[in-house]
Amino acid sequence: MIDKKFKIANKIFKSRLIVGTGKYKSFSECAKAIKTSGADIVTVAVRRVNISNKNKARLMDYIDPKKITYLPNTAGCFTAEDAIRTLRLAREIGGWKLVKLEVLGDKRNLFPEMIETLRSTELLTKEGFKVMVYCNDDPLMAKRLENAGAVAIMPLAAPIGSGLGIQNKVNIKIIRKQTRLPLIIDAGIGQASDASIAMELGCDGVLINTAIAKAKNPIQMAEAMKFAVISGRKSYLSGRINPNLFGSASTTNKGII
Amino acid sequence: MNIKNKIKITVNGKQMQIIPKFSLKSLITKLKMPLNKIAIELNKKIIDKKKISKIKLKKGDKIEIVHFIGGG
Repeated sequence: MIDKKFKIANKIFKSRLIVGTGKYKSFSECAKAIKTSGADIVTVAVRRVNISNKNKARLMDYIDPKKITYLPNTAGCFTAEDAIRTLRLAREIGGWKLVKLEVLGDKRNLFPEMIETLRSTELLTKEGFKVMVYCNDDPLMAKRLENAGAVAIMPLAAPIGSGLGIQNKVNIKIIRKQTRLPLIIDAGIGQASDASIAMELGCDGVLINTAIAKAKNPIQMAEAMKFAVISGRKSYLSGRINPNLFGSASTTNKGII
Repeated sequence: MNIKNKIKITVNGKQMQIIPKFSLKSLITKLKMPLNKIAIELNKKIIDKKKISKIKLKKGDKIEIVHFIGGG
């Protein structure tokens, strides 16, 4: 089965792995991990520049936005107004319209505040943004986001940075069945097999930051995630066998001595 | 310039003193910020970077200069 192109808001991307740029030891390590991962989209955050240290290295000096798609996020925003302010600023830096919306509701579990997330999706879409939405794994809310104009649904697998892997496969499968939008697991991946499982559930992509950046060997983990996503996707497309409670011999009994 | 003539503004939460009629462009140049890598807010309004030479800063102005950092 030939795979269809990975398309978000009418733009085709080669890799189904999206990588975050936070938590790395250095910008050079981050750049190397991104290159190894094969990702062509990276998430970035908007923050104040350091005016007292003008010579401090900048992310844009290490990761060229002309070669890789920057996906500005709204990390740290707790209201629609915060999120809109942040993304307007991101757009002003260099014209980015494809954005990752993330409106949090709780500082400890970092779960998305879905009422504000929905409101933000509506407002940002009206302003011409193409909004990829970090959300919980609730199929009903996913549907409402889709109706509000989201260009991608990005449910969590588990809390951000937890590395717990996919906690609710059933809901992810239900969301997969109901939406034609790109479905991307965002948050909670811990190891390569989690990324493969996400893809085997039929997701279109996976967004990973902490699992790569905080691995003992981030570059090698970036490569592992690259293959895990490819592998999981191929497995999904190949059509798995039906699970069976009993054994089925691989070798025929015909001609047995 | 006498210190009494200077006006106070806030840049990224820090107080700064500038001479009157100092333009936003002069401020960005003084801070050595690369224009293509930043966005600027003046009193919570986003400023078109092409127009910063025409904007003269006033007493009490609050300026935010942001850029991209690593994030998930």
